[in-house]
Amino acid sequence: MLTRLANPTRFLRLADRLLPWLGGLTVLAFIAGTVWGLGYAPADYQQGDTVRIMFVHVPAAWLAMFGYSFMAIASFVGLVWKHPLADVAAKAAAPLGAGFCLVALVTGSLWGQPMWGTWWVWDARLTSMLVLFFLYVGYIALWSAIDEPERASKAAAILALVGAVNVPIVKFSVDWWSTLHQPSSVMRLDGPTIDPSILWPLLVNAIAFQLYFVTVLLWRMKAELIGRRVRALTLGLAAREA
Amino acid sequence: MSAFLALLRRDLRLAFAQGGSVGLVIGFFVIAATLFPLASGPERAELARVAPAVIWIGALLATLLSLDRLFQADLEDGSLDLLLVGGTPSSVVVLAKCLAHWLSTGLPLVLVSPLLGLLLGLDPVGIVMLVKTLLLGTPTLSLIGAVGAGLTVGVRRAGILIAVLILPLYVPVLIFGAGAVDLAALGLDTGPSLALLGAVLLVSLPVGTLGAAAALRLAVL
Repeated sequence: MLTRLANPTRFLRLADRLLPWLGGLTVLAFIAGTVWGLGYAPADYQQGDTVRIMFVHVPAAWLAMFGYSFMAIASFVGLVWKHPLADVAAKAAAPLGAGFCLVALVTGSLWGQPMWGTWWVWDARLTSMLVLFFLYVGYIALWSAIDEPERASKAAAILALVGAVNVPIVKFSVDWWSTLHQPSSVMRLDGPTIDPSILWPLLVNAIAFQLYFVTVLLWRMKAELIGRRVRALTLGLAAREA
Repeated sequence: MSAFLALLRRDLRLAFAQGGSVGLVIGFFVIAATLFPLASGPERAELARVAPAVIWIGALLATLLSLDRLFQADLEDGSLDLLLVGGTPSSVVVLAKCLAHWLSTGLPLVLVSPLLGLLLGLDPVGIVMLVKTLLLGTPTLSLIGAVGAGLTVGVRRAGILIAVLILPLYVPVLIFGAGAVDLAALGLDTGPSLALLGAVLLVSLPVGTLGAAAALRLAVL
């Protein structure tokens, strides 16, 4: 499957066929998640309606972490097996992950104001999210600093992998340093501690975010591939003229 | 081994020769740390509380400033190509350069730090712990920094780019390093922090050398 897709034309054809479906599903999932989250999910007995921020905040945070893992795995595949689409995928995922990271930080801040009485606290999870955002920024900056795509993709892949080794260490060190944010309440071995009436809309929203990620990822990969083709054609044209 | 030592000796000689960076790095470190009392006021208790943070951030920035020349000078005069096509594995080349970098920036910073600790009103226990944490932490700064320096070698505005790439990765060293000094000042157990600093150093030893070696091969070959 992955080897078959190494041919960019075949990948573009598949992406073209998938994108309308994925786009439609994304819109539907967002409508369902928003209506359920805003209209039908009950308000929290303590937090009131502000708890609905969670339906954006938590999926965004998940996707921010997923984006980095995806980027690191794609970078690994690109470096080791030299899959021609891997670095395209990693490059396309970076701004998406960074965007989700920013959304998680901003909504977290908006949620923190009514709940903790402050826009920002130097708490472990907030801080490690901020550091993750900086890692994304560094990755994007490295891509844009190197002109040749060949070298840029490998350099960025090395950075993503070094970063991926460091992410758990950063996470651990920041946890050690300070903790105020509640511990994870969905991903637990003994089952979630959230009531199903809130958990289900949360999961629907998470699916919507995930679909959005995949759709825009394919879209960006397509744009990148076409951009490279244009670049190659322009270079070829310039070479023939010269 | 002889290639390793020869490279180490060459780099150290260049660093300590006239026009080398050792004096400048120490100068920057001391001046940067002196600026904090000027900005925050000379109150002694206040200063002693922020002293570990000030000295650690000073050390971090001083290391960072010296990093962009780590491979750049060798790239410009062509010796980097020779080092990499020679028989020595590229990770050994990186290791020798990192060690030389640490001996010419990290170690001097460690040696100057007690003086800064005194200036900022740190008590003797804190100063001893400061020296210990810097001894364990600064090699990590050189090793992780080498990855950033390798990735940006030959790139425009490399200095500022290194900062953006590397500073987030310095977070654990800063937390455990400055944290241990704080703990020591409170009379608490600093063993775990020191052990974790050592662990971070051990992790960054392979990650730093292999990562920087891969980056250099990419840039040169």
